[in-house]
Amino acid sequence: MAIDIKVKRGLKLRLKGEAEKKKIQAPKSQTYAIIPDNFHSLIPKMLIKKEGTKVKAGEPLFYSKYNEETKVVSPVSGELKEIERGARRRILRIIIEADDTIDYVEHEVINPLDVDAGDLKAHIFEAGCGIFFKQRPYDIPVDANDTPKAIYVSAFNTTPIGADFEFILKGREEHFQTGINALTRLTAGKVYLGIDKTSKSFLHDIKNAELLKISGPHPAGNTGVQIQKTNPINKGEKVWTIRPEDVAILGELLSTGKFNAERTVAVCGSDAEDRAYYTTLIGAEINSIIEEVDTLKTRIISGDVFTGDWSHNGDHINFFNNEITLIPEGNQYRMFGWLPFKDNHIPSFSNTSLSRLSSKKKFEVNTSLNGEERALVVTGEMEKVMPMDILPMQLLKACMTGDIDKMENLGIYEVIPEDFACAEYVNTSKIEAQEVIRQGLDIMITEVG
Amino acid sequence: MNWIRKKIDKVKEPFQEGEKFEKFAPAVNALDTFLFVPKDTTKKGSHIRDAVDLKRTMITVVIALIPALIFGIWNAGYQHYTQLGEEFTFMDAFIHGAYKIVPMIIVSYAVGLGIEFAFAVKRGHEVNEGYLVTGLLIPMIMPVDIPLWMVAISVAFAVLIGKEAFGGTGMNILNPALTARAFAFFAYPTYMSGDKVWVSEATEMSSVSGETILGSLAAGKEVAYESASMFSGLIPGSISETSTLMILIGALVLIATKVGSWRIILSGFIGAAVMGLIFNALGSSVFSGNDLMNFPWYNHLIVGGLAFGVVFMATDPVSAAQTLKGKWIYGFLIGFFGIMIRIFNPAYPEGIMLAILLLNVFAPTIDHYVIQGNIKKRQKRLKVKTA
Repeated sequence: MAIDIKVKRGLKLRLKGEAEKKKIQAPKSQTYAIIPDNFHSLIPKMLIKKEGTKVKAGEPLFYSKYNEETKVVSPVSGELKEIERGARRRILRIIIEADDTIDYVEHEVINPLDVDAGDLKAHIFEAGCGIFFKQRPYDIPVDANDTPKAIYVSAFNTTPIGADFEFILKGREEHFQTGINALTRLTAGKVYLGIDKTSKSFLHDIKNAELLKISGPHPAGNTGVQIQKTNPINKGEKVWTIRPEDVAILGELLSTGKFNAERTVAVCGSDAEDRAYYTTLIGAEINSIIEEVDTLKTRIISGDVFTGDWSHNGDHINFFNNEITLIPEGNQYRMFGWLPFKDNHIPSFSNTSLSRLSSKKKFEVNTSLNGEERALVVTGEMEKVMPMDILPMQLLKACMTGDIDKMENLGIYEVIPEDFACAEYVNTSKIEAQEVIRQGLDIMITEVG
Repeated sequence: MNWIRKKIDKVKEPFQEGEKFEKFAPAVNALDTFLFVPKDTTKKGSHIRDAVDLKRTMITVVIALIPALIFGIWNAGYQHYTQLGEEFTFMDAFIHGAYKIVPMIIVSYAVGLGIEFAFAVKRGHEVNEGYLVTGLLIPMIMPVDIPLWMVAISVAFAVLIGKEAFGGTGMNILNPALTARAFAFFAYPTYMSGDKVWVSEATEMSSVSGETILGSLAAGKEVAYESASMFSGLIPGSISETSTLMILIGALVLIATKVGSWRIILSGFIGAAVMGLIFNALGSSVFSGNDLMNFPWYNHLIVGGLAFGVVFMATDPVSAAQTLKGKWIYGFLIGFFGIMIRIFNPAYPEGIMLAILLLNVFAPTIDHYVIQGNIKKRQKRLKVKTA
């Protein structure tokens, strides 16, 4: 039985530069990197301490200091080239120089529906797939000792020029189903799979999961919205989320015994030249897929325009990202740009720009802040892009003041930064809403746990 | 364009970080950003941002005010010449009005922005654009003959006590423009009410009857104007409050651009109409000798400051209720109480000013209950789970 979710409030933003639906095998990256910062709040403890050690694909590199079961494994076989450290010896990157052919750690082949649930969980975490799960509340890596009340997978990407999960998963349908089967053993409740209501893909035939047929504008595809509409998180409850391509990696691990860190990365954005889907491995170099760009003119985003990280030439793709977005930098002055109905090529959610009139036009948007940060003055705009039953401005203010009771009452457990991306985009006062929510969540982690 | 930019960058050099006049950077930046949208790019979070910013929002309100302002300027001259019985042309009236009103606007901006700049430099933040609107609103709601020094003092009071004392833009409880008017109203009542202040230079003539409609009703006199004049605005009153037509044009601009809350505007008029209807229905049967009670409800909507207050003052997002449900309640109560004060208290014929200030104070309370509603839903869910 499927549940229909119709989202009304949200942001319809049409950007130029969607990736073409063709898969290209990306050239092999020289090095691959795991960036511990991709796993918020995780403190890595290295298992392989010496640089120059040979590692296999799927061999654990480090574990989480506070959740020892959570291990992060190497996506590729080769030599541990460098453990790059920053201030106070904090680990910034673990760089592995890849071999020509990948040598995998051999795991047992398991049918997830036949084995003991505890053994299955231990196996998944030992093999390095536990790090794929994120815990709500807080958007942090999960604790292997928890049993979540539900697991959510959203295979519907509503972000502007976002990568299409259905296309990415093409050819990995069986692994995806196996992965979903495994998820059902990890939770006390159900596994929910969010899919595009209008598409007719294999995702509609996935078994062992409660299908959520979703329609509506961004952020309808965010798990946050889907959780709130079906099974909202209360205080003390935990829900796990996992990205669909990682479900496929998990499925492949169980059915072949190999940790195949395959990542299909969409190259998109108005400044990207060869816009397509490139198949590579987790943590590949950005420049193994795109040419070097002039970063004064073009911004490289590892991820999507709303939640991605600002990257540079020579960086590696973040662990969870399946997009490289290239958009123009907006570091130019605009004369009298603040006048209403001037510069209509910049889209606006408010009606102070004629950009709202054309319903088909696609926009080229740059990174300009289009103004400066100001006090929160305008009300009612964030609510229009917030489909969850959350009072966005009040929650933001509670986070700013660090008022724990208020945050809790206003639903901090139900949100993660990405749920505020639209609010951040439309905000007149240019408040960094996602950062504010992140800080609020961090306060909750330290104060409430 | 490029050479202007270069010139400005050159002028700004001594104000950069670590330079001699670093402290005054907010003041210079405020002027610079009026020419150019700065080249700031996104640093954290979303990499793209909406085209709208606070400057654009505030300028949109200023644009919405322009029809009412221009009509107010012309009407000041029109009232002056007709009451004096002199011949005049359109331009005569306009020039007379401008001669009276433009200096008030200049004084308001000079004093208000001066204080804003000083606070920005002192507190080290950028100058917020809110005063662009407030500074224009203050002269628009004053009687035409008010001395300039009173405007200056009212502005200073409004910005210092009404706004900066609470922490600056975004933190104030009361609408600053109305704070200025309320201050002038209670500090200098003889300049703010009566039958001589609403028509320019009426004090020099003994024969002028320049009373506002509400003033004459409160005094138990006949109203000498048709509903059509009340709607078009050819009546004495504060500078820009008279023309409901022009105010509605402004309201359309605010609603079409989504800058003003249509919820507040609509519910404000509904609230006023409901109260007007109640008093019309009661008529003189309950309270005798109050002509305002028998004043038709639709006329209540188009005389006095009701329309101007509901459209431009009540919609100030900072002092209004912030939640969507709260806005309905807030707007309705402003209209409702505005008419009630107007009718019950002839000493303050302009009830809407007091009603908005009152509801400004209660807006956080209204929000509190709306927010509690959201919280209760969440707690109920938790209780069902744990039970």
